[in-house]
Amino acid sequence: MEAHAVNPWVAVLYLVAGVCFILALRGLSSPATSRKGNRYGMIGMGIAVVTTLVTHEIASLPEILVAIAIGGGIGFVIARRIQMTAMPQLVAAFHSLVGLAAVLVAIAAFLNPEAFGILGAGGSIPPVSRVEMALGAAIGAITFSGSVIAFAKLNGNMSGSPILLPGRHVINLATLAAILVLTTLFAHSGAAGPGENPLFWVLVGLAFAIGFLLIIPIGGADMPVVVSMLNSYSGWAAAAMGFTLHNTAMIITGALVGSSGAILSYIMCKAMNRSFLSVIAGGFGAESSAGSGEAREQRPWKRGSAEDAAFLMKEAESVIIIPGYGMAVAQAQHVLREMGDQLKAHGVSVKYAIHPVAGRMPGHMNVLLAEANVPYDEVFELEDINGEFAQADVAFIIGANDVVNPAAKTDKSSPIYGMPVFDVDKAKTIFFIKRSMGGQGYAGVDNDVFYMDQTMMLLADAKKMVEDINKALAD
Amino acid sequence: MDFVSILSIFVMACFVGYYVVWSVTPALHTPLMAVTNAISSVIVVGALVASAASGSPVAKWLGLGAVVLASVNIFGGFAVTERMLAMYKKKDKSSAKRGKH
Repeated sequence: MEAHAVNPWVAVLYLVAGVCFILALRGLSSPATSRKGNRYGMIGMGIAVVTTLVTHEIASLPEILVAIAIGGGIGFVIARRIQMTAMPQLVAAFHSLVGLAAVLVAIAAFLNPEAFGILGAGGSIPPVSRVEMALGAAIGAITFSGSVIAFAKLNGNMSGSPILLPGRHVINLATLAAILVLTTLFAHSGAAGPGENPLFWVLVGLAFAIGFLLIIPIGGADMPVVVSMLNSYSGWAAAAMGFTLHNTAMIITGALVGSSGAILSYIMCKAMNRSFLSVIAGGFGAESSAGSGEAREQRPWKRGSAEDAAFLMKEAESVIIIPGYGMAVAQAQHVLREMGDQLKAHGVSVKYAIHPVAGRMPGHMNVLLAEANVPYDEVFELEDINGEFAQADVAFIIGANDVVNPAAKTDKSSPIYGMPVFDVDKAKTIFFIKRSMGGQGYAGVDNDVFYMDQTMMLLADAKKMVEDINKALAD
Repeated sequence: MDFVSILSIFVMACFVGYYVVWSVTPALHTPLMAVTNAISSVIVVGALVASAASGSPVAKWLGLGAVVLASVNIFGGFAVTERMLAMYKKKDKSSAKRGKH
């Protein structure tokens, strides 16, 4: 039990590391304090790692340092090179690594419980530790395989549309139940020595499978919820291993990350007016697009040109820009900021309006605009700006669709009914950049905004169109 | 430490997490995910314990594998967060830096 009977200073140091992590998140309450917060996070991690290395008898320091150097080097290079538009994929990939690391640590604890201080009298692992270990491994495995699928969907290695297996709810619930039953059996089984019980391996295998099964039916636009949820799981996995190791830094961090992911999932679900369960059940976008296809009718709409847009926006007093995932796909954030600059030079007030679920992860649009040097005090959240559309001369929609669909307010039969949306229909003029009239947005619903009197459709690639507007503005 | 005191720390930390995370501005939700990702790699503590111990060579190599994975996350997570946060600028600052490229 030596790892538990530790020097009290060691426990204090882990606690300090935990507090640093709390301060790291606290710093994110405003962009001004955020970088200081991030430093606290690094300090906390440094304290945790050094404390562990100093207080354990280490048989293999060179190997450990090489491992840190390899991993650190890879991580650092990726972080430098990654494009901001690829941030959702990157975060999903990082989640999968935490998940896999948790599984490896749990297996190592299972094989060598003495090192973790969980080898009880008589050479067996106590039931409580077995439960913690099993949960840590299971949550880690779900995080890993779920994140791999989320990564593949976000990165385009796999189609973003939901894959629906027949009877998937039964399969999923049965697998989850099996994991819980196995955990109980594992805890109470007689074979409890290091590496002895085969139930543990079955449990880990099932957990890998359920992570995969849970994420494949969920479609691309629900990814903000999925990424947040996996974020949460990676925290719970760390917390479970913290219980095994009786380590306060891991427990505090696990709880922080777990609640963070859970809150983000909640915010995302609320912004789509959907329950968490309906997102997790999956299949959104697959059924509804089939339904609306036949009901679609030809309605008149107006096509605008880059010159029209440039002329009208130059004369406007205020323009509100609504970016969506299409802007990220087209990498149009830089040209969009140039357009904003030109308009401001003409004395136009320019604001950006961001819906909570715009993009593929929470805050995705904000990062892209920040990358393009848009000052963050020109960027507004839904509830802060929605009242301003009535006074706005122009609503400029680029790569968004469902988040401006008035059907969410009026049409009870619409799959997006109840979702909070921007009141763009109140603006005097609407420019809607869209690749073609064919696409229907993610939810597969027609959008009345296309056909409004004040709407001009700008049909082109988003980046190309904004470049043309910039040229026209400069003339 | 006994199970109950550990559980108490955990429950308290969940509440702290709840209030701290609600105070995060929505504009910084992506950096929030990146930094929570980096700090959840504190699992590296478990990985170090496993790889430091003698006894089971398999456990040691699994531990070293976990150290590599967690290190990718620690360095990658903090670096990418830093990179993102450096982009968030206020109006006055960015107007000085503004220019065509």
